[in-house]
Amino acid sequence: MSFFDFLKPKKEKKSPKSDQDRGILVFEHTSEVIRAESVLKASGWKIRVMGPPPEIQNGCDLVIEFPLIEELNILRILRKAEISPKKTVPVSGPLLRPVDLFQIKDFGQHLMVRAANMKLTVEKKTLNIVNISGGGCPDVPYLAHEMVGKSLSEAPSPREIGHTLCGYALQLAYEEMRRQCSQ
Amino acid sequence: MLAIAGTVPDQKFPLITGEVSMEDDKICIQGKRIHVNRGTPALMAAAVKAGQVMGKSELFGYLVGDIGLGDGSRKLYEYLTKDLGQSGFSGITFHYLQPDVDWHNRVLFAIEEMVKQPVLIADAGFMYAAKMSGQAAAYDLFTPDAGELAFLADEIAPHPFYTRGFILQDEKRVPDLIKRAYAHKNASRFLLVKGEKDYLADKDGIKATIDSPACEAMEAIGGTGDTITGIVAALIESGMEISKAAIVAAKANRLAGYYACPTPATQVIEIIKHIPRALEEILRRETP
Repeated sequence: MSFFDFLKPKKEKKSPKSDQDRGILVFEHTSEVIRAESVLKASGWKIRVMGPPPEIQNGCDLVIEFPLIEELNILRILRKAEISPKKTVPVSGPLLRPVDLFQIKDFGQHLMVRAANMKLTVEKKTLNIVNISGGGCPDVPYLAHEMVGKSLSEAPSPREIGHTLCGYALQLAYEEMRRQCSQ
Repeated sequence: MLAIAGTVPDQKFPLITGEVSMEDDKICIQGKRIHVNRGTPALMAAAVKAGQVMGKSELFGYLVGDIGLGDGSRKLYEYLTKDLGQSGFSGITFHYLQPDVDWHNRVLFAIEEMVKQPVLIADAGFMYAAKMSGQAAAYDLFTPDAGELAFLADEIAPHPFYTRGFILQDEKRVPDLIKRAYAHKNASRFLLVKGEKDYLADKDGIKATIDSPACEAMEAIGGTGDTITGIVAALIESGMEISKAAIVAAKANRLAGYYACPTPATQVIEIIKHIPRALEEILRRETP
């Protein structure tokens, strides 16, 4: 570095634009897009209305781009406003679908269900949730705190109190566990 | 000094920074005592215990409350962008933060300003952001479990929730997934994959497999992955090479689990208590 380099104004580094953590809400009608935009903006979300990517063949001519990780929270806000998107997809791969593979592990007295990165374990005799593991979003420790120690029927569902895609994955594990335990 | 950044599941918990210690099964930072259950407090507790064994127990924590709304994480991201550049940490471990690519990149820029580049470890949400940003190679170590490895291996998945079915299958495919993660540049310099078997890998392939002692119940226990990450971070901080530290950490975590005689209902603090004994024993065995 030369002496004169110190005199040069320092360039501010800018993060390259990435849409990897963005998702798209697809609606049936434009009127729903407009309502959803108002509701989400009023709740402080950074969203934008745009044209759909070519992979999306159905729905109306507008979609809403949103922070994908917080999908569970955003869907809950829309549900309260009685707005139902036709589907939600990641910007990085509009044809991607949520996980639908479950791994079931029988420990004898306990049963564990894994959906994607989330695992839920119950004691078979009491149907009490004894552990929640996996995941990386900050609602996972919160969900564990609220759910572990309660029975499957008493515990709040991740859909009610979770906020992120990890919460959503736990919801799928929770639903599968309920299905397994009702058989 | 080693720094660890993450969250606690309490919305009212303020952003606090400072040296971390342990008292009566709780971690202490700036006069606050935090229950160790899973997540970042479990990682910190494991790092403190392992650091004590290694004679290097100083640990700096960045903690904030976040229950998944992302508000606390964004406060912490912003703080890190202002604080890290001037810091002199020799290692930084990032953990349960709301994945946010833009903030992740800004934190990485702040680290580039540091006089000496620290050893960078990422796990949980911050690892997701690191992969999504395309900057995985900037990290020395990721510590994914099998589901997270599948996400690293799926070049278009933005989160494990969207990992494609042909990739997300069972643990038997771990070696293939490791190859795929490196082929798409979505892996760090080393990977420590946690699971039924633990794998240490780099771009050339699997370097070690650790599968004993085997306690099947560990998989169900929340926080057992966090404890491996805490142990390996502390071992690297003590001067151990990353690859050796990863192997020793995986063995010590398994042995601590074995000593706890766990069931799927065991809570992670019961395993953390056994880390010093387990680590001491593994170190004795590893010494020629």
